Amino acid sequence: MKDKKTLRLVLSYVSRHGIALFLLILFSLASALATLFIPIFVGDAIDSIIDVGDVNFALVKDALEVILLLALAVGVSQWLTSFIGNRITFLVVRDIRRDAFSKLQVLPLSYLDSHRHGDIVSRIISDAEQFADGLLMSFTQLFTGVTTIIGTFVFMLLLNVKITVAVVVLTPLSLLLTSFITRFTYSMFKEQSEARAEITSNVDELVVNQKLVRGFNYEVRAEAKFNKSNDRLTKASTRAIFYSSLVNPSTRVINNIIYAVVALLGALTVIGGGMTIGGLTCFLSYASQFAKPFNEISGVFGELQNSLACACRLFEMIHEKEIEENGTLDTFVTEGKVEFDKVDFSYNPNKPLITDLSLKVNPGMRVAIVGPTGCGKTTLINLIMRFYDLNDGSISFDGVDISTLTRQSLRSNIGMVLQDTWIKNGTVRENISLGNENATLDEVITAAKSAHAHNFIKRLPQGYDTVISNDSGDLSQGQRQLLCISRIMLTNPDVLILDEATSSIDTRTEMKIQDAFSKLMKGKTSFIVAHRLSTIKEADLILVMRDGSVIEQGTHNELINKGGFYATLYNSQMPFNEEE
Amino acid sequence: MKKLLKYFSDYKKEVVLGPAFKLLEALFELFVPFVVAYIIDIAIKHSDKKSAVILSVALALLGIIGFVFSVTAQYFAAKASVGFASKLRSALFSHIQKFSFEQLDRLGTPTLLTRMTSDVNQIQTGVNLSLRLLLRSPFVVFGAAIMALVISPRISLIFLGVIVALSIVVFGIMLVTMPMHKSVQSKLDGLTLASKENLVGVRVIRAFCKEKSERDDFDLMNEAFVSAQKRMAGVSSLTGPITQVIVNLGVILLVHKGAISVNVGLLTQGSLIALYNYMSQILVELVKLANLIVTISKSLACASRISSVLDISPENTHGDETLSCDGASVSFENVSFKYEGASEYSISNVSFNAEAGQTVGILGGTGDGKSTLVNLIPRFYNATDGRILINGIDVQALSPESLRDSVGFVFQRATLFSGTVRDNLTLGNPNATEEDLLDALKLAQAYDFITEKGGLDAVVEQEGRNFSGGQKQRLTIARALAKKPKILIFDDSSSALDYLTESKLRKALSSLPYSATRFIVSQRASSVMTADLIVVLEDGEVVGCGNHTELMKSCDAYREIYESQFGKEESK
Repeated sequence: MKDKKTLRLVLSYVSRHGIALFLLILFSLASALATLFIPIFVGDAIDSIIDVGDVNFALVKDALEVILLLALAVGVSQWLTSFIGNRITFLVVRDIRRDAFSKLQVLPLSYLDSHRHGDIVSRIISDAEQFADGLLMSFTQLFTGVTTIIGTFVFMLLLNVKITVAVVVLTPLSLLLTSFITRFTYSMFKEQSEARAEITSNVDELVVNQKLVRGFNYEVRAEAKFNKSNDRLTKASTRAIFYSSLVNPSTRVINNIIYAVVALLGALTVIGGGMTIGGLTCFLSYASQFAKPFNEISGVFGELQNSLACACRLFEMIHEKEIEENGTLDTFVTEGKVEFDKVDFSYNPNKPLITDLSLKVNPGMRVAIVGPTGCGKTTLINLIMRFYDLNDGSISFDGVDISTLTRQSLRSNIGMVLQDTWIKNGTVRENISLGNENATLDEVITAAKSAHAHNFIKRLPQGYDTVISNDSGDLSQGQRQLLCISRIMLTNPDVLILDEATSSIDTRTEMKIQDAFSKLMKGKTSFIVAHRLSTIKEADLILVMRDGSVIEQGTHNELINKGGFYATLYNSQMPFNEEE
Repeated sequence: MKKLLKYFSDYKKEVVLGPAFKLLEALFELFVPFVVAYIIDIAIKHSDKKSAVILSVALALLGIIGFVFSVTAQYFAAKASVGFASKLRSALFSHIQKFSFEQLDRLGTPTLLTRMTSDVNQIQTGVNLSLRLLLRSPFVVFGAAIMALVISPRISLIFLGVIVALSIVVFGIMLVTMPMHKSVQSKLDGLTLASKENLVGVRVIRAFCKEKSERDDFDLMNEAFVSAQKRMAGVSSLTGPITQVIVNLGVILLVHKGAISVNVGLLTQGSLIALYNYMSQILVELVKLANLIVTISKSLACASRISSVLDISPENTHGDETLSCDGASVSFENVSFKYEGASEYSISNVSFNAEAGQTVGILGGTGDGKSTLVNLIPRFYNATDGRILINGIDVQALSPESLRDSVGFVFQRATLFSGTVRDNLTLGNPNATEEDLLDALKLAQAYDFITEKGGLDAVVEQEGRNFSGGQKQRLTIARALAKKPKILIFDDSSSALDYLTESKLRKALSSLPYSATRFIVSQRASSVMTADLIVVLEDGEVVGCGNHTELMKSCDAYREIYESQFGKEESK
């Protein structure tokens, strides 16, 4: 059963806090027991207050002194229970959240590329919060509740067996009802959870892309789209909340009936001389306290159902299959000789993409990859970086199959700049020194200068200390690309991959950056994906790709003379052939 | 925050009936100790078994009727709270859609997302509990006190003391925890941001082997979040124990005074027991109230955050003129623009004049203000100085609907919505015919791959993940073309296309089947050289304005750009 598995996983996290958990149970026992003793002494006191002139003040005083001590004990132990319960909950959720986030770092890109980001974030954030609420409730109310039930049962037995039997026979009704309702509402909470994820994704999409929404006068329809998922959530929530909120009244009505039965049986027993009035008072207050833990525990179960559904979504992610690290070689420095041997790859088994691709690149070569959009250029890079693994064939560096390297050692040889820039929330300086944290400010500035980013950085409000983030619109796409290139200038890669890395940078600046790259990569290998053919004319080897395979290769001049696909591509970009 | 109350307006009935039924339930509960006192003082004292039975049946009936009322109340509370949250969410969404882009930049999307999701959920919980308990608990508390007053005016003073002491504790703690809750929430926002950022940057993070430092950063934030939580819990968890102690002190005083009163005949034993039971009821209800206060204080914090978003009035100014003529001339008159908080102008003193149907190239390097310039045309941002006129009308005077209907904008970052290709293409023109859409796809060079993917009804995943960068760009171009706008703006929107596709696209766009004024923002001379008018920007200023031949003669910057792209010898 899914629930049991989730529960077991939760317990494995909770059990890390063994001592605290032990203390939690201890103090909740103490607080429950102390609470239970109070009515006994109140009963004693009442039995000493019978009628006019028939009051035993000494006994009343004794009883009240004990009650005072018990009350203080209840206060202290209850506070400790909730203090420790909070603490364990926070730590457990912290651990789960940390594990979930760590998991993100080792999940294969195929998983991350195929799941909605909003959905993943909602698991790490809101599901974890919901789970925390449920867990905290369990901690603070479950143990106290159970102790109270058992303690009450024992004390009632001591007072009167017959009435206790009546109470114990009737109570399971309340339990049955609770479990029926929680089972009935589980799927409703799940539906609510899914509807919430949907609305989060929708809001994400529509709010982040407000320019698009406004530019196309889409506001009204965006609202309709939003309202549709809002309605789904409203329906799901109303059902889940209403049906789960039946738990309390249902258990309460049964407990009220039990209370009436106790009053009746108790009154008859007192009339028959089997019990004192103080005893009846005490019994009645037990009967009403017997009700409370059932109410609470049923509440806990309701919340727990909900929170287990959330935990389940989190654990699903945490236990998702992670990247298998078969490579063992963890210190590797390549000379820059790269070989593809009969490489087969596709994202979707039904749609072959790269088939039987072989090529050889010698150290020091500048390799350009060109071809129409969607021909598999970016996929090649996904494979060299091992973001995705091959279906067949092999890629090797200096004759060493890269699948025998750890991904980390492979990637530390490679510098990569992608077209889709990514800025980490932090200062400009932190962003540039991403690949080399120990870089001094001077080194960072030198790197920025060689990437021609220094000019715009110095004009930012706080220069290199300006805080930037991926979502802010402060930097243009080109400026972002310059920043990403600065990062590479700080590292000293043996292999360089540029995937349309300069697509948003003007050509004058681009040419200067090319020079910097040439200096950086002297004697080393670089792969350049670009559609600006002027950028790659100087390449030592141009690979022309189409539909997942290399259809032509050679230098610019060779390919032009050949008059094939490359020549067509090249001519199409030249202004003078435009009107042909 | 009071403004939020209006979202209850559709649920007036539920908001009244929910608590009302809860009060009825509570009223029945208040009778219970009274009945028990009768059992003791009448049935037991006189050994009257028959009245013991009758009174006990009455107790059971009180419970059953209370149940019916309670279920009814839960129903109204669920309906009203969820409905309220839904209305609020919807209102927030449409409010956000009215903000200017400066305001959106300032608020930041992650913050807005939290407001719309977890904050609203928290309020929903708070409202639901409030409807059920907020009136009921004080009602029982004061009801019990009044019952005590009826039974014994002197002893009821103890009740008064207990209630006052409890209120001070409960509300005092609430006041202290409110600001703490804000700090916890803002730390949670930080975690949300970090997770999102990590997902978006996964390739770069892995390429730089930064997984560990990402984890460390997250751990630090996670840790800070937990300590803020602990601090808040440290205070709020005092509520329960302290109330418990206070009520028990009340019981002690009660029994003490009760003993004296019974001794002199002012009170019966049964009434003392009733008073004791009332005191217990007060405790139970106050514990509920304390928990409720914690939830409400959380919800109020969320409500004030939401309300502060709703309080920001949209800065957008609305004109109401509409564009009617077929063509659209666009002129810039000394236009300058500075982003909020920026020290320097992004563009300054830009003036040019584009006739209807002309093609205008905006050429310049990274950060020269090209994008900013075209963003001013559909008024995504408002010019800081100067005017932009379309057919002689200041864009400020135009209604945003009319203005944006006339402009087809292709953004630098190609973004698609999840749904179908058709959904995306009809974004700007819901009434476009099948033929219009297919034409747009053909013009944008997207027809072939869309046919391959399954045509107009092919699925577009979130963020268009199932399309390559170039495909996305062509789809966003088709989306703008499907509007058949008077003004088309391409903001560096073919950067992901290969030259062959781009040149085909350029040809298609130069012979559109309808007349449109076109703005092409690019860094490539080849993209703009055939334009009727080329505006060359450098550092936000116009350094050249004219056609290719003119600029080659007169503008150094243009010539340099051209030569950097085509080489010197070819530029003769």
